[in-house]
Amino acid sequence: MDYFLTEEQQMIRDTAAQIAKEKIEPLALEYDEKGIFPWDIVKVLGDADLFRVFIPEEYDGLGGGAFEMSIVVEELSKACGGIALAYAASGLGIIPIILFGSEEQKKTWLPRLASGEILAAFALTEPNAGSDASAIITSAKPDGDDYVMNGTKQWITNGGEAEIYTVIAQTDPSRGARGSSAILVQKGTPGFEFGKKEDKMGIRASATRELIFQDCRVPKTNRLGKEGMGFMVAMKTFDQSRPGVAAQALGIAQGALDKAVAYARQREQFGRPVSSFQGLQFMMADMAMQLEAARALTYQVARNIDAGVKNVAGISAMAKVLASDAAMRITTDAVQIFGGYGYMKDYPMEKMMRDAKITQIYEGTNQIQREIIAMHLIKESMRKEG
Amino acid sequence: MNIVVCIKQVPDTTNIRINPETNTLIREGVESIINPFDMYAIEEALRIKEKIGGKVTALSMGPPQVAEALRTAISLGADEAILLTDRAFAGADTWATSLTLAGAIRKMENIGLILMGKQAIDGDTGQVGPGVAEHLRLPHITDIRKIEEISEKEIVCERLLEDGYLRLKAQLPIIITVVKEINEPRLPSLRGKMAAKKAEIITWNAEYIGIPVEEIGLNGSPTQVLKIFTPPKPGGGKVFEGEPADTVAQLLAELKTGGIQLGAAKEE
Repeated sequence: MDYFLTEEQQMIRDTAAQIAKEKIEPLALEYDEKGIFPWDIVKVLGDADLFRVFIPEEYDGLGGGAFEMSIVVEELSKACGGIALAYAASGLGIIPIILFGSEEQKKTWLPRLASGEILAAFALTEPNAGSDASAIITSAKPDGDDYVMNGTKQWITNGGEAEIYTVIAQTDPSRGARGSSAILVQKGTPGFEFGKKEDKMGIRASATRELIFQDCRVPKTNRLGKEGMGFMVAMKTFDQSRPGVAAQALGIAQGALDKAVAYARQREQFGRPVSSFQGLQFMMADMAMQLEAARALTYQVARNIDAGVKNVAGISAMAKVLASDAAMRITTDAVQIFGGYGYMKDYPMEKMMRDAKITQIYEGTNQIQREIIAMHLIKESMRKEG
Repeated sequence: MNIVVCIKQVPDTTNIRINPETNTLIREGVESIINPFDMYAIEEALRIKEKIGGKVTALSMGPPQVAEALRTAISLGADEAILLTDRAFAGADTWATSLTLAGAIRKMENIGLILMGKQAIDGDTGQVGPGVAEHLRLPHITDIRKIEEISEKEIVCERLLEDGYLRLKAQLPIIITVVKEINEPRLPSLRGKMAAKKAEIITWNAEYIGIPVEEIGLNGSPTQVLKIFTPPKPGGGKVFEGEPADTVAQLLAELKTGGIQLGAAKEE
C-alpha cells in the first residue's frame, strides 16, 4: 500500500532499508547467538544521519518526528529487531530531552546524540515497579544544589552502552506518583554502576542491564522539567515512543512474512510448491491483512503525534497493541510455514518469533495498553453525557 | 590539492541478461550504477581528503543521464561533479575516452591525484587509467590495494600482484587505479543525499574542452566493437569411474572410437 511518503521520508526509508539489507542482515544471526551489542551498526546509522531524523534542526537534527523514527525502526527491524533496538531505545532516551529539556540540556546532549556518537536510554522500571510505575522507590533526595540518588532500575535497554540516562526517581516520596522527577544521569557519574547484562529470550543483540545508584550525586540542573513531573515526563515520552515499538513489531513481522512467502514458493511437496496449497495461502493472506492494518494505524498515529494532536495516549496504545499482537501471530505462522526448518537456528524464523515476543511486553504490557485504551473510551463516554 | 575521481556509469550486472538472438545486452529494466571499482576510488578519494584536506571532483563522460551517477558521488561526499557530455563524444573507445578525460582534467587547476577503479565491469579493459596518464604525460600506478602514506608531494602504496604486492613510492601528481581490497565504501548519508539532490552538475562539451572533434568519439577511436557475444558454454565433460586401470582403459576406448575429437575446439 502507498502511504504517500514525502521525498525526504522516502529517502529516509531507502537509506535505512539499504543498511538493513547490506549491513544488518548478514550479522543478525551471529549477533543474536552471541549477544553482541551492535556498535559497528550504530556507527553506520550515525554516519548515515539516521539518528538525526527525529531531532530538531537547531540541534543538528533533520527536524522530523515520530513518523520518521518509525520508518527507520521498521526498516531496520526487518533485518533484526534486536539490532534495531539500539537505535529505538536511544530514541526513547532522546524524546524526553526534546520534550522537556532546557535549552542548556538540549545543546549539551542532542547534537552528540544526533550524530550517533553516543546513545541514550530511559529508566523507569524497577524490580517491584513494572506496570505499576507509580510504585518506584529509587530516590533522588534533594541536598543543596544536588540530588543524592539511591536505588536500582531494572531491565534498562541500552544500559551500560548509553552515555546519558533519563531516570525517573522519587524526589518527594510522601507525594507518591506526584513526587517523582526525571533526572539526567551521565555514565561515569560516581555512585552510578551497572548490573550484569541480562540473558534474554530474544532481541539478544540489544543490551539490557540494571542501573544501580548508591549515593550518586547529580546537580539539580540535570532535572528534566519541574520537580514532581517525573511521572508525566514518562507518560508523555511513552505516548510518543509507542509508534516506535509498533514499528519494530511491523518490521519484524514484515521480514518474517517476506521470508515465509519466498520459502513457500520454492519449497516443494507432493510435486508442487507449498505456496499452491490453500492451507498456506489462507495463512499468508491473514498475515498480510493483519500487518497492513497495523501499519496503517501505526503510521496514522505517528502522523497525529507529529501534527501535535492532543491526547494521543489512547491511539498510541492501540497502535502498539495491534502491531505487537499481529507480529506475534505473524512470526509464529511464519515459523509454521517453514515447518521443521523454521524451528532450526540455522534459519532466521525462530529468532524473529523470539524477537517479536518482547513487543507485547515492554513499554507497557499489552494488558496495560488495553486499560489505557478502555480508560479513554470511558472518559469519552462520560464527557459526551456531560 | 585537488583530487579527481573518474567514474563510469554501467548497467548493474548482478541481474544482466543477454538477448541470445542479437547477442546484445538487454538494457530495458536494468538499473544503472556506478562501476563498482569506481566506488572504491570514490571512497579512497574521500578518505584522503579527510586526512590531508583538498577538494574531491567527480568526473564522468557520457549521456545526460550519467548526472545521476555523479549525484551519487556527491551524496557520498564529493565536493563537485563535472559531466562531459556532447554528441561528439559518443562511440568513444578507450583511446578517445582517455583523451577526452585528459582534456577535461587539463582544464582543472592544482590537480595532485587522479583516481579510478582498476577497470569497468562492462568493458573490462582497464585501459582508461593508464590512457589518461599517457595523454597527460603523468605517471600512473594500477591495481593499488593500499595507500600507506600520502601527502601533497608523494604517495607510498601497495600494488596488487597475482602472488603478492609491490610497495611503491611515487611523486604527485599521479594517476592511480584501485582494486576492491583497498577499502569498504561508505553508504550515502541523508544529508549527502539531500545535498546531491540540490547540487549543480557542471557540464562541459567538446568545444569547451577544446579537442578537435575528429580526435574524439567514434571519429577518434582507432578500435571499434564489431560484435558482442556470449561465449558458447563448454561442452559437458565425461567422468570415468572405477579403479585407475579400468578408467584408463575406458578412456582409451572412448578416444579410439572417436567419442572425443581432439582439436575440435581449435577449428571452431
